This record gives sequence, structure tokens and C-alpha cells, in this order.
Amino acid sequence: MRELTYSQALREALYEEMARDANIILLGEDIGVYGGLFKVTDGLLAKYGPNRVLETPISESGFIGAAVGLAMCGKHPMAELMFMDFAWVAADQIFNQACKMRQMSGGQVSVPLVIRTQQGGGRGNAAQHSQSLEAHFAHIPGIKIALPSTPYDAKGLLKQAFRENDPVIVIEHKLLYNTKGNVPEQLAPIPFGVADVKRTGKDVTLISYSRTVLHALEAAETLAQAGIDVEVIDLRTIHPLDMDTIAKSVRKTTRVVIAHESHRNAGFGAELSARISETCFGWLDAPIERVGALDVPIAYSQPLEAHTLPSPDKIVQAVKRVKL
Amino acid sequence: MALSLEELKTGYYNMVLAREFERKCEALFQQGIIRGSLHMCIGQEATAAGTALALRDDDILITNYRGHGHALAKGISPRAAMAEMLGKVTGCCKGKGGSMHWTDLSKGIMPANAIVGAGLPTVVGCALAAKLDGNDNVAVTFFGDGATNQGVVHEAMNLAAMWQAPAIFICENNLYSEMTPISQTTNNKDLVERAAAYNIPAEIVDGNDIEAMHDAVCRAVTRGRQGKGPTFIEAKTYRTVGHMIGDSQIYRDKAEVEAWRAPERDPIMRLGAKLLGHGLTASQLTAIEQEVTRVIEDAVQFAKDSPYPALDEVYVDVFEHRIA
Ligand SMILES: Cc1ncc(C[n+]2csc(CCOP(=O)(O)OP(=O)(O)O)c2C)c(N)n1
Ligand SMILES: [Mg+2]
Repeated sequence: MRELTYSQALREALYEEMARDANIILLGEDIGVYGGLFKVTDGLLAKYGPNRVLETPISESGFIGAAVGLAMCGKHPMAELMFMDFAWVAADQIFNQACKMRQMSGGQVSVPLVIRTQQGGGRGNAAQHSQSLEAHFAHIPGIKIALPSTPYDAKGLLKQAFRENDPVIVIEHKLLYNTKGNVPEQLAPIPFGVADVKRTGKDVTLISYSRTVLHALEAAETLAQAGIDVEVIDLRTIHPLDMDTIAKSVRKTTRVVIAHESHRNAGFGAELSARISETCFGWLDAPIERVGALDVPIAYSQPLEAHTLPSPDKIVQAVKRVKL
Repeated sequence: MALSLEELKTGYYNMVLAREFERKCEALFQQGIIRGSLHMCIGQEATAAGTALALRDDDILITNYRGHGHALAKGISPRAAMAEMLGKVTGCCKGKGGSMHWTDLSKGIMPANAIVGAGLPTVVGCALAAKLDGNDNVAVTFFGDGATNQGVVHEAMNLAAMWQAPAIFICENNLYSEMTPISQTTNNKDLVERAAAYNIPAEIVDGNDIEAMHDAVCRAVTRGRQGKGPTFIEAKTYRTVGHMIGDSQIYRDKAEVEAWRAPERDPIMRLGAKLLGHGLTASQLTAIEQEVTRVIEDAVQFAKDSPYPALDEVYVDVFEHRIA
């Protein structure tokens, strides 16, 4: 099988989708000649021209708002938000506009808009360029949320994002772009709301998404040597959420750890924990453990940053706590 | 392009319709039949009527929470609009949008916006879609003087100028944003100065003169249809009622309000006098007013007779496919 990096896989999805659908238009900062800060859109301007790859000024509200207008008028725009942290700058256009138009109009308009962005820490980008904000999106009805952890999922989920007739945010991780993985030449879109069991196990269910899945798999490997058999579920999308796969696993293992890079406090893990309690309470043999970033802004200094963010070791400790 | 007598009569009808519709809404609000927000455009009706006479059904309109006049003039059904005010399923948004989000795609009316200034980037996107599709539609948006102090308004104007999108920005300068006079919100006396910053052609117009309004919008429409980019129109006008229902208006002199209600300033009385001058008889004018009354009574009856949406409608129109 073919190996691609995460960014190559994303780029391939864009090439294929833009070839399939002439209504797809890309907007964003430095996405043209430069090919995007993380090179995901490299070559697309040359291939598809300036009417489909629109270099924008640094106006996140402006160009995401324009993308909403384009979407309402029959286009399928993709807006690249350079860093997830800038979502606050464009928050009104995302949450009050894109997410609300269909409902406010009684179903008359659709907003088939894809927002692509990247988030996460670990690179010394400090407090304003390292956050993981998916929980904020999950709280607002009207947008679907994909968080690919592998090149395979990145391509399949981004392709699916363009098949949706609603707003979608595809949240990449800045430390995944250079990771490699198998991606077949022909890859069908991966349906949203279908979690992927990345490792099967019988003792503990470890639920994760995005880059933390890699930590989870590493932790599972370590734990296997200690005789603990961990099942790793990669949610892939947190809206829609695949509760069936989660419940099936939890009823088998009876023990749960949730790991994500966003802050623990009111993070998506809290929602997962609540839903598991609602649906699987009788099966649980231990309290649900959550691993997330400490509830502090992410510091620049390497030791402080590492201390703040989750790690394979912190996941190992959490699994050991639920499986004494 | 000078308006024909027939067009002037249409304009008169639309202005009286807007005013009487809102007067009716005010009464229904006081009876507790309409709830939530009610922002009336009384005193400003000529901006809507003059603009609509320059537009086609397939030109896009995005107005704001003070947009009843604009939507009625652009052709929204009074029945559907009134049913929306009452939250009924037969409303133009199935009762989900209410006063501030009227929509009718068949008339090019995109969801109206209740976030001050937020419709501007969206309208730029709609205009850009028209340009990319190679049709000659224009996209018009209305906003207030206060909105020009929103950052996103400036992002949107810059984007429109850069893309040479056929957007028409109509700023209704009614001298107040909510309860605050313009002298306390900006150092610019004329808001066209804002457009100059983006190299957008702009003009000031007497917003209470339907013909002047129509002329200005025609010039903007011609520019837009010919691919000459956006236009900014500052319509000087005045709302002769409070910002919202229940506004005590302690922030302005009664004499100032009365002066704008005078026959030589009120847009409806001005046009009425002009029509009489063009040879229309008083009874012909009365006939138009009576027709408006009939249409509104019919709309109210229709709205009252209509059912509320079924409760599980809450799960419809959030995404393309119903949830739950
Ligand atoms: C972002 C935002 N801030 C504040 C408000 C509350 N608000 C509603 S209308 C309004 C005044 C707007 O004034 P202007 O733009 O002049 O329009 P007008 O109402 O006079 O037509 C304000 C402050 C809002 N809806 N949205
Ligand atoms: Mg105002």
C-alpha cells in the first residue's frame, strides 16, 4: 500500500473533490502561491485558478462570512482558518451565521461550508496558538465536527465533508501533518458518525480522537506489556457521535478512560462521560477517568507545555487507575 | 431612470404596506399575540420602496432586524410574513425565525440578520457567487449607521472592493444606533467617508425621497450588472418611532421627531403629494390605502387561523436531515 503524509492525504482529497465538483471554492490566508502555512493547498491555485482558490486578506470574519454567502448561493466553499485559536475572531460568522441559517429560514437555505483548521500544542506556540477548541463547536447545534488522527482518515473525512450539505469543521492537528500512513489510491469518503476501533482489547475502553489517538495507541502498547488489554476507539467525528460503538465496547470492558488534548474542564470528555453513564451505568466497574490538558493556558516553555498537555504516560496512569 | 406613474403607485403601495403592517404588528404585540422583538422602520419606508423598484426577483437581499419594509417591497407574501410574526407554521420561516429573520428564496430574500453588521460579509459572498457564475445579479444589503462601527463591516467592504463583487451596501443613516445619537459614536459626519477608505464608489441620498433613492440604487445596480463592483449608498433618513417597541425615547427631543413626521419630510406623505401633483385623485390614493388595509386584515386572519408548528419540528431544519 501507498504511504502518504497527513498533509499529502488532505491535499489529495482537495484535488479529487475539486475535480469532482466545480462548485468547490477555497478561501483563506496564504493558501494560493504559498500553498498554505502547512502546505495543504500546495499546487491547487496553479491547477484550479484564482476563481477557485481565493487568497484572502487577514479577515477571518469577513471571508468566513463571505463563504456563508457563497454557500447559500449554490457554491461549496472551504474556508481555511490558519489556527483554530482564530475561531474566536470569526465566532459570530461561524456560530451565529453558518450554524443558524438553515433553521432560522425554516429550511429554505443550506450552508454547505467546510472550515478546515488545525489546532493543538506541543510545538511551543504558546497560549494563543495551541488550543484545542472542539468542545465549543460541539456545544453549538448546526455544525459537524471531524478530527482525523491518521492520513487515511484525513483523506476520507475531508472527502466526506464536501458531501455534506451543512457546515462542517475539519479539525487537523499541527503535529500530525508530517506523520505517515497507508492511504489507498482509491479511498471512498468515510461516513461521519462512524468511530474506528484502532485497537481491540477486552480490559479497558480508551476513547480518543485527533493526535491523542497516537498517544492512546502508545499507551495501549505499554499497558499490554503490563498485562492490560486496552481497546482504543477513535471517534473520528464528535458530531455526529457514534454512541453505538462506544456502548458496545464499554459493555464488554466495563472500564473507561477518555483522552483528549483540550482542557479537562467542560471538555468533550465530560459529555462522553455523561452519555456513557446514561447508557452504560449498570455495566461500569469503575468511575470513568478523563485525561486532558490541565485547566491553564498553554505555556511556551517546553517543560511547562509538556506538563500541561496529555501524554502516553498520563494515559497509562489513568488506565491503571480504572484497572487496579 | 425616472419612475413611471405605475411604478410610483407601486412604491406608494409598498410604503403604506410597510407602515400599516408594522402598526398592526405593534397592536398585536401590545395584545400579547406577537412576542419577542419588534423593530419598526416607520419613517424610513422610502429606502425600501425605492430600492425594490430597481431590483429583480433574482437579485439577492439581505436585510436586518429592521427589515420588514425591505422584504415586503421585495415581494415577500404579507400572509407568510404575518404568520411568521405569530410564530405559525405557515410563516415564511415556518415560525422558526420570527420578526428578525424573514426569508423568501423565491424572491431572493436571504435570511435577515439580527447581529448588527453581520449581513455584510454574507452579502459579499452572494455577490461573489453571482460574479463567478457569470450572471448579472446584484446582492443588496441594508444596515444602519451604527453598523458601520462594526469591524466585520469593514472587512466585508474591503473584500467586496478587492473582488469587485456586485454588492450594494445601503446604509440607512437614521442618526441613532439604538438610543445613542450618531454624534456620540463616530467623528464622521457622512458615512460615505467609510466607503472611500476602500475605494468603493459612494453617494449620499435623501432616503426619504423614493425617487432619489431609486435613482441611486439604479446607478449602483448598473455598475454591479456591468461588472464594475460594489457601491455604497448612504441614505439619510429617520425612524419616527422608538428603536424597539417600548422604547421611551428619552434620548431625543419630541420636536425633532415631530419635524421628521411633518408632511414635507415624511416619505409617504411626500410621495402622496407628488402623486396628487401627477394627477392622481385623492380617492385613488385612498383606494391604494384601502387595498393595503384589506391585504393586512387578510394576512392577520390567515395568521390567526394557521396552526403552530408541530413540536417535533424542532428537530427539522437544524441539518439537512432531521435529527432525533
Ligand atoms: C453585534 C450586536 N451588537 C448589539 C446589538 C444590539 N442592537 C440591535 S440594533 C442596535 C443598533 C443598531 O443601530 P444602527 O446600525 O444604526 O441601525 P438602526 O437600528 O438604527 O436601523 C443594537 C446596538 C446587536 N443586535 N448586535
Ligand atoms: Mg441607526
